[in-house]
Amino acid sequence: MFKFLKRLRRDKPIETPEVIQEVLVAEPVVEVIPELVVEEVKVETPKPQLQKVEKPKPVEKPAVAVQEVELPKRSLGDGVRSLFSSAIELDDLEDILIRADFGVDAALEISDELKREANKAGASSDAELRLLLKDLLTKKLTRSDAALNLSDGKLPYVILVVGVNGAGKTTTIGKLSRWLRDGDWNVVLGAADTFRAAAVEQLATWAMRADAKLVGPEKEGQDPASVAYQTVELALSTDADIAIIDTAGRLQNKKDLMDELGKIRRAVEKQASIAEVLLVIDSTMGQNALAQAKAFAEVADVTGIVMTKLDGTAKGGILYSLQEQLDLPVKLVGVGEGINDFAFFSPEEFAKGLVAYKQER
Amino acid sequence: MFGNLSDRLSDTFKNLRGKGRLSAADIDGTLRDIRRALLEADVSLEVVKEFTGKIRERALGDEVSKALNPAQQVVQIVNDELKAILGGEARKLSFSKNPPTVIMLAGLQGSGKTTLAGKLAKWLKEQNHTPLLVAADLQRPNAVTQLQVLGEKVGVPVFAPEAGNGVGNPVKVSKDAIAFAKKSQYSVVIVDTAGRLGVDEEMMQQARDIRNAVEPDEILFVVDSMLGQDAVNVAKAFHEGVGVSGVVLTKLDGDSRGGAALSVATITGAPILFSSTGEGLDAFEPFYPDRMASRILDMGDIVSLIEKAQQSFDEEESKRLAEKMAKDQFTLQDFLEQMQQIKKMGSMKGLLGMLPGVGQMKKQLEEFDEKEITRTEAIIYSMTPLERTQPKVLNGARRMRIARGSGTSVTEVNQLIARFEQAAKMMKTVAKGGMPNIPGTNPALMGGGGFSGGKKKIDQKKKGSKSGNPAKRAAENAGLDFGSEKSSGSGSAFGL
Repeated sequence: MFKFLKRLRRDKPIETPEVIQEVLVAEPVVEVIPELVVEEVKVETPKPQLQKVEKPKPVEKPAVAVQEVELPKRSLGDGVRSLFSSAIELDDLEDILIRADFGVDAALEISDELKREANKAGASSDAELRLLLKDLLTKKLTRSDAALNLSDGKLPYVILVVGVNGAGKTTTIGKLSRWLRDGDWNVVLGAADTFRAAAVEQLATWAMRADAKLVGPEKEGQDPASVAYQTVELALSTDADIAIIDTAGRLQNKKDLMDELGKIRRAVEKQASIAEVLLVIDSTMGQNALAQAKAFAEVADVTGIVMTKLDGTAKGGILYSLQEQLDLPVKLVGVGEGINDFAFFSPEEFAKGLVAYKQER
Repeated sequence: MFGNLSDRLSDTFKNLRGKGRLSAADIDGTLRDIRRALLEADVSLEVVKEFTGKIRERALGDEVSKALNPAQQVVQIVNDELKAILGGEARKLSFSKNPPTVIMLAGLQGSGKTTLAGKLAKWLKEQNHTPLLVAADLQRPNAVTQLQVLGEKVGVPVFAPEAGNGVGNPVKVSKDAIAFAKKSQYSVVIVDTAGRLGVDEEMMQQARDIRNAVEPDEILFVVDSMLGQDAVNVAKAFHEGVGVSGVVLTKLDGDSRGGAALSVATITGAPILFSSTGEGLDAFEPFYPDRMASRILDMGDIVSLIEKAQQSFDEEESKRLAEKMAKDQFTLQDFLEQMQQIKKMGSMKGLLGMLPGVGQMKKQLEEFDEKEITRTEAIIYSMTPLERTQPKVLNGARRMRIARGSGTSVTEVNQLIARFEQAAKMMKTVAKGGMPNIPGTNPALMGGGGFSGGKKKIDQKKKGSKSGNPAKRAAENAGLDFGSEKSSGSGSAFGL
């Protein structure tokens, strides 16, 4: 799906879990698993440079030797539930979209647009309308900046994860680091949530599951900025590809806590640039998610959104308004509690899920 | 983004001014606005429909057309109906006649169950119960550890035979916990269960199994107040899945409008018992339907805010201050302490900005200089203890030194002292002459720092008022200003 640059490791013997094979897929393998490769070629622009590990590839003169890789395939799967339990009625569409948390304005906008297009195309059957709606949503949701920024070669990539309490930050980090590890990236996690009881232990458990290094506070209530600093320090000294920093959940109207994020940023930027600031948003949230995103974007320069808990009955329609109103791309989605229940956000898959012929619970 | 409901309604009614009666069409227009306001507050659509239906019925009746101001009357009806659904009076927790009383917590992931378990335990303990916490969330990594840490903080034992992280049987743990509680004579057992989705049949079955094993007296459904349209589905799933006897709203210290409260209350028919309003373990209070109604409609109510501010104020502190004022002993040191209290509440701009109807004052707010507080603080810090208690000794040389020490100018130091003297004098007069009984002119409020005073040593994290409603909290904190302005008083005199 997306291409990323990661540190080249010559000395490392190639291990053989199947996920890694998929990542480092090289020419000779084509005959062995043709299906897989064919599919990949379809999705990406074919890159002849896709090389074996041994061959270093200079890309924009990065400071360290890097290689181009891809992350193992993960998909939204059945994560998104359909909006419709019966045939589409144009007149009901607005209500249905409101029920899916699109918000009043967006719901009105989409249903008006669909009506216009349906008139233009003369579409009236259920199947036609579904297709139209799917295309409309896909078109509206597709953005050019939806890829994780892990390709500028400025290693280690530092990812800061922020959000309100209980949004799923720590779980997201666990899944993301497992994913990156599956792609053979070296990951360092920073437990900068020094506030909530046992948050550090929770991240430690994920670190163990994901086989990542962990930097925790030396004492309870330590300044989170110092933990963030140490995390980057360790990432630099161990030549890690990625440092992911977990922060304490904070409600967006708590000024002091929000200011703390600025401090964490500054601490990180002393040693490395920040590749991504991911805002984690719970799909069950309603319109308040907009207020959250706005406040976090102002304070922490959010670069992307992670929608979690999309596997519930919530449709996460708010992501539409998040992209439209605040111009923030949704980059990742969480669809379950399993360590692999995680994917890049695909507008197409999302829209497909929403309009699918699936019975709701 | 959008004005609040009252603003929008007054717009709607602008065209109707002079009309004595409202037509059905006028009412429909009003209802559209109400519908929208409710949807924006995240009340679920089907609940909104039912609700506006009811309003329409009442509004079309005589009630409105005979009213002097129909617009206000409609708002009043909406408010009444909201309060009726949210529960006229807050129900109390029901305790079993044969201890232990068993309370089971259930809800979605991340709704705040574990934190709530800690708060509830603390609250019960303060009421002379002997609670036992049970770690039956064996799913989420280190939920058990989190509960143990919380238990330790509030001094309540935690029954946690299993380490969790996917290992162990929560049903067995819960069952054993009850037996243990009976044997050891705990009066209340709080069972913290794993977060689960309503559609996860396996997990819902597990919740039912836990319920059947412990036979809870209360099943508290823990709901994040930021929940959106899905609140209906979630509430249905839990209500039908495990049964809900009471609801707890969490994260009410955020700025969400909390429409989920209305959805959940309508669907489950269960009363909302508590609201959880912050990360501190004290941030836990009974649920107030009227406040929630105002919050959902985004209509602030200054009077009740100020009432609340007076309630939250520490009586002793208030007395001490009043005495000091009367005896002319109010010093710069006292003033400094108060100012630090105010500072702890966070940004003045932010707080005031949350008040309803502050829109037109936005510009003045923008000009408000937060640093003013810091500067004033710096000036007082640069004084010796003698100077702080007896500002009279401040001669030219001393003032010069203070200005240098605080990085300000002598003029600024002079200004501060002049304002302080003026305020101190005024306070003395007012304190001696007795306080006029206007809301907000509680001596405490006027003096400034007060109402979070009592708590400061216990919980440094908490800022200012504990109210869950941001508008209220803002107004409570701002009550300070109103009060002092009215009495040409101390607060504003010092640039607050």
